[in-house]
Amino acid sequence: MPAVNIENLRVAVTRGGPEVVKGISLTIERGETVCLVGESGSGKSVTSLAAMGLLPKGSLEIRGGKIEIDGEDALAASPAALRRMRASKMAMIFQEPMTALNPVMRVGDQIDEVLKEHTKMPAPEREKRVLDILEQVGLPDIARVRMSFPHQLSGGQRQRIMIAMALVLEPVLLIADEPTTALDVTTQKQILKLIKDLQVDHGTAVLFITHDMGVVSEIADRVYVMNHGDMVEDGPIGALLRTPQKEYTRKLLSAVPSLVPRPGREKPQKAPVLDVNNLEKIYGATSLFAKAAGTRAVDDVSFNILPGRTLGIVGESGSGKSTVARCIMRLIDPSKGQVRIDGTDIVGFSRQGLQPHRAKFQMVFQDPYRSLNPRLTVGESIIEAPVNYGISRTLAMERARELMVEVGLPADAVGRYPHQFSGGQRQRIAIARAVAMEPKLLVADEAVSALDVSVQAQVLDLLDRLQRKSGFGMLFITHDLRVAAQICDEVVVMSRGKIVEAGPADRVLGAPSDPYTRSLIDAAPGRDWDFANFRPMARAEGA
Amino acid sequence: MRGYITRRVLATIPVLLVVAVFVFLLLRLTPGDPAAIIAGDTATDAQIAAIRHNLGLDQPIVVQFALWVGQLLHGNLGTSILSGKTVASLIADRAPPTIWLATITMVLTIVVAVPMGVLAAWRHKTWVDHLIMSLSVLGFSVPVFVIGYLLIGLFAVDLHWFPVQGYTPPSQDFWAFLQKMILPAITLASIYVALIARMTRASLLDVLGEDYVRTARAKGIAERKVLFRHALRNAAIPVMTVIGTGFALLISGVVVTESVFNIPGLGRLTVDAIFSRDYPTIQALILLTSGIYIAVNLLIDLSYTLLDPRIRY
Repeated sequence: MPAVNIENLRVAVTRGGPEVVKGISLTIERGETVCLVGESGSGKSVTSLAAMGLLPKGSLEIRGGKIEIDGEDALAASPAALRRMRASKMAMIFQEPMTALNPVMRVGDQIDEVLKEHTKMPAPEREKRVLDILEQVGLPDIARVRMSFPHQLSGGQRQRIMIAMALVLEPVLLIADEPTTALDVTTQKQILKLIKDLQVDHGTAVLFITHDMGVVSEIADRVYVMNHGDMVEDGPIGALLRTPQKEYTRKLLSAVPSLVPRPGREKPQKAPVLDVNNLEKIYGATSLFAKAAGTRAVDDVSFNILPGRTLGIVGESGSGKSTVARCIMRLIDPSKGQVRIDGTDIVGFSRQGLQPHRAKFQMVFQDPYRSLNPRLTVGESIIEAPVNYGISRTLAMERARELMVEVGLPADAVGRYPHQFSGGQRQRIAIARAVAMEPKLLVADEAVSALDVSVQAQVLDLLDRLQRKSGFGMLFITHDLRVAAQICDEVVVMSRGKIVEAGPADRVLGAPSDPYTRSLIDAAPGRDWDFANFRPMARAEGA
Repeated sequence: MRGYITRRVLATIPVLLVVAVFVFLLLRLTPGDPAAIIAGDTATDAQIAAIRHNLGLDQPIVVQFALWVGQLLHGNLGTSILSGKTVASLIADRAPPTIWLATITMVLTIVVAVPMGVLAAWRHKTWVDHLIMSLSVLGFSVPVFVIGYLLIGLFAVDLHWFPVQGYTPPSQDFWAFLQKMILPAITLASIYVALIARMTRASLLDVLGEDYVRTARAKGIAERKVLFRHALRNAAIPVMTVIGTGFALLISGVVVTESVFNIPGLGRLTVDAIFSRDYPTIQALILLTSGIYIAVNLLIDLSYTLLDPRIRY
């Protein structure tokens, strides 16, 4: 008997709305890891929520099909019976460990709650069990961790708590919905290993939902590919990566950016558009009452960017890479150092003094869903800055229409509002808005991180094309080494506010000299696989 | 934490000083002469001038202010122009009914409003939710005195369940005290119930959409426990904030309610003092009110640390 058997499952928007999961079937055996992959809107998360009986009430409903967990019909179960099945037969961990735990409850109590709800264990035995599972998920100092609140733990530790909570009753099925997407690569590697180890120990069936082909290649036994609510194809991992049968799967695999850096471009003999010297940012030291010396978020950072070239800053969360970007944009004030843009040091300027120079450097942010004003048409958003700089509305709007075409959208879409566009389209609009000022420097802070791989490739392509055309220098902040390898000429690796390694992308990513850079590259999931060519990486002998 | 409390308490000093100056000036700028009111309709100008001199009202405003602040610093709130009693003793006499009324109102509000809000959020977009929200609109929009007179008309005059008005101290006859407090407390609570039920509902609806609520459900926790153990405590902070700011409303509400139900409390004292331009009494009452308001809000801020471990001062 399989641990999970889903047959012909159909889920639709309530009150006769369209189907979002269109008759899919899926089975998972005990001890097996099945990856469910697909881009946003493919219905993969909806499928998992349906299995847990957690579809949002009043917006999604099951139209038909069968879901059996360990032989028990989950769709026929009463709400109470379904509730009993959760945690004891099927458990789930989520993408965002920062918000998935109750902030006002000690983590030990949150695990204990599962035992209280589903078992009749006496308190001392429950306590022992909680400590035991905390130990199993590899947390240090478990007595202290048990009494901690979520905010006192790191993202990786919180995800371990989530896993402990999910596995404390040894369910037959663990559903993991993008459980490592929000984590740094090194933490991700540890969590993936933890899930694998626990699965071997407990014989759990794992349904792993992800959009990351790298992760899939590391952990999956079998893979299911979904697109727009349909099951496109499924198969054992090796076969699927080597000989994908369907066009969509091939497209999905081909879109995965390669870790092999693109060949270097010729260096222009021009003055740099951005020259950062000994930049330093210390948080919290300026307050009159502060006793501590403050946090050194950026420490002695120097680099420069030539026109038409792209420099990437890579690093894990807390490395200071975004702080550097914000200092350069003067969204925050640096504590020390110089930021020369097109020859002018902008650090000393007041807000007003900076105004004439602002046009020269523009920024594209990470989340296209929040970086466009929802109450303005996208045309208004694009022309806002040019109009501020004295260009007439008609002229600016004309230019906005041209820009829309340039970024691959219809010209008359300027009259629409952000919610009428997809995430990728919105990011194109955000880019159009930034280049509308014809900047010398474009700062992109994780600008493609929120996008699906296929869309990601298109947006990277767009940035590249625009750069070739207008010759701006680009500062590209990312945590994703694959993306960095595809777009950067130079790469700066940051850790704890300092630059640990810098140089041409092919050298830094191809032959790193610093141990930290090497550990980052080692942790990148799927580094042994050349997805676009459907084969393992050709590795240099002895490397 | 202790440092924070000290800072907050010290910060009240400039606030109270500004209030003092403001009240003092405002009173002197409003038309109406306490001396003339005391002297009565038939008094001559000479008599009024004599009274004014006795009260010290003929001195320059700056001198009057200095004298008053000097007294305050010695803990002396002054003497009522109208009754000749010390303001401190007036307030001590009138405080208990108001404190009782305020306490009962607050307890009643929380006991009624929070469950209403929870129920509305839990049954979001059903008739229960719509009913509770309609009631709360009613609670907002009907003036306090209308509710007061309606309650008197129905429960006191027609049904004879409660006395029409008045006050009995609880030490004298507890049952009579309760009977006389119920209607005024309901009257005063109506607007708060509306406000806090709405706030609880909104805040809880937010929290019910949070990831950790989904986690709790994924753990198979019973819905009732999800609601009370996971959601409500996280929803409590905005509700506490509203209760704190609502305290300002309570003070104005007390004035009307005490007049409608003829309760000899601070609200009535304030009204009487204002009508007779009893400067020292009005000044003392407003300073007291500001002081209480600041203290309540400090307590509310401190309560956050109990509700949310992430908040530390």
